[in-house]
Amino acid sequence: MSALIELKDIYKIYRMGDNEVRALDGISLSIDKGEFVAIIGKSGSGKSTCMNIIGCLDVATSGTYRLNGKNIGNYTDDELAEVRNKMLGFIFQQYNLLPKLNLLENVALPLVYAGASDAEQKERAIAALEKVGLKDKAKNYPSQLSGGQQQRASIARALAGNPSVILADEPTGALDSKTGRDVMMFLKQLHSEGNTIVLITHDNSIAAQAQRVVRITDGRIVYDGAASGDDVVSRQEKAGEY
Amino acid sequence: MGFAKCFKMAVSTIWASKVRSFLTMLGIIIGISAVIILVSLMGGLTQQLMDMFADLGTNSIQVTINQRAATRNVEPDEMYEFTDGNDLVENASPSLTVAATVKTSKENKSGTVSGVSEGYGDMRRLNVTQGRFIQYSDVMSKSSVCVIGAYQAKTFFDDGAVIGRELKINGTPFTVVGVLEEKEDAASGSGDDVVYIPYTSAMRLNASSVVSSYLLTAADEDRIDEATSSIKQFLKNKVGDEDYYMVISMKELIDQMSMMMNSMQTVLVCIAGISLLVGGIGIMNIMLVSVTERTREIGIRKSLGAKQKNIMMQFVIEAGTVSCIGGVIGIITGALVAILAGKLLLDASITPSAASIVVAFGVSVAIGIGFGYLPAKKAAQLNPIDALRYD
Repeated sequence: MSALIELKDIYKIYRMGDNEVRALDGISLSIDKGEFVAIIGKSGSGKSTCMNIIGCLDVATSGTYRLNGKNIGNYTDDELAEVRNKMLGFIFQQYNLLPKLNLLENVALPLVYAGASDAEQKERAIAALEKVGLKDKAKNYPSQLSGGQQQRASIARALAGNPSVILADEPTGALDSKTGRDVMMFLKQLHSEGNTIVLITHDNSIAAQAQRVVRITDGRIVYDGAASGDDVVSRQEKAGEY
Repeated sequence: MGFAKCFKMAVSTIWASKVRSFLTMLGIIIGISAVIILVSLMGGLTQQLMDMFADLGTNSIQVTINQRAATRNVEPDEMYEFTDGNDLVENASPSLTVAATVKTSKENKSGTVSGVSEGYGDMRRLNVTQGRFIQYSDVMSKSSVCVIGAYQAKTFFDDGAVIGRELKINGTPFTVVGVLEEKEDAASGSGDDVVYIPYTSAMRLNASSVVSSYLLTAADEDRIDEATSSIKQFLKNKVGDEDYYMVISMKELIDQMSMMMNSMQTVLVCIAGISLLVGGIGIMNIMLVSVTERTREIGIRKSLGAKQKNIMMQFVIEAGTVSCIGGVIGIITGALVAILAGKLLLDASITPSAASIVVAFGVSVAIGIGFGYLPAKKAAQLNPIDALRYD
């Protein structure tokens, strides 16, 4: 069985004048269905670029990316949009809910672009909101909710389209530690229900809660293994810092 | 994403920033209402002029002979003889204008008096409500009788009986033998402000021995041009040089007038059209600003799977909706102003034509879509990560 996500020799190179910045410097990574993977790295390490490529928001300069067995390297803008719509669910650090839409409309948005009928949109959006415990806030606007509630709404939005992969970019970054823990608990629960989750973070304690940790430094994978072995890595990292 | 949903979203976005949306629409509102006002007023004015001409008889042909230059004139009898022998021309009457002061013991008015023959009343379809029109015997005997319009009847003789009363034209006493039917509220300067006397009496008042102008009517409305040329031929034989007489048919005059009105209207509408263009550029400008402001929203939508056409449609529909609302407000404003201006300036009831409303609405939709296209394209082509990173 082939992996759900398969990155092979991925390079992402930005040219700024005469300088060449290698955001990703030859990354190969494969993630199977049902895994909970944390990609960890400091800011500027290339982890966000990696997440953008996995999320089909950006394309690699070179290398191949197979998502569910399909090479998406030569997909057009609109084809990538369809892949994002059908296969991927995003959870952002800043929630990224649309302020002028209520929760129900926000959560239904991926279904709108998928072309679902009005009835189906409503049904699935309500089911997703119920799952995150916000069914009674369906008619509220994002500005009327706390940060934790907004993040749960954005999780509901990610779940609504029933994606193959949930991509969480620093999901706890804007939250206090208690609500952050709640969100992590929720992600773990989703994982235990069989969802594939890719989590991007700079925080070791968050990464440690995943099943598998991939550490990126200067655009390269320096560690890829079980989360339990993380101690060694963090000591290495600390050694590098001092 | 369906059209209805896009439209609903566009309306709520427009409503969310009312002042800005209104200012954006203002160019369209002004442009569209200017077009509606101009088209309606020009239409009303043209109609009014046409009515005025039609009142004089669309089949009438005016003949004027320059009597000082011409060596030979056309006597009324000669004219009648010509008319009788010509199938194209129905009737003829001398039509002299005398500058005159009309006076009674209580009123005094300067104006003109027309000297005509007994046939003139029928040619102009004048209805006599009291008394009679000028008769053949009046013409032959150069009687001092007159037929007056409703205006004169009202101003000179407001105490009832009119027939048999006397008024002085340039000092000569005339007896009123007939009053014409009221046509236009018996107002001064209107078709009701007229005095007709026998042309022979008019010649005496003018101290002139020749009749220099005639009114003729064509027998067939469709053969006015033929009638005109036969009259010209007759005059050429009679008078000689073409420079000494002038033949103008009412139809020719109406055609020229409507052509002039049409080209005037075109020029005015083109000028108003410039403000529509400016309005369209205003919409484009605001839409470009709006795309920049909503870069993050566009990024979020794209990350959730919005395709280029979805984003494109959203912004084009938004621009189209702004422009449409502006167009509708413009049409309503324009129609109201046109109706009001028609009442106050032309004293006529003006209704904007359905065609001008439909065209104005179509133009405003087209402007919205046309000028919304570029900003929408810009939005659709935004790179999702750049858009998501944008603050």
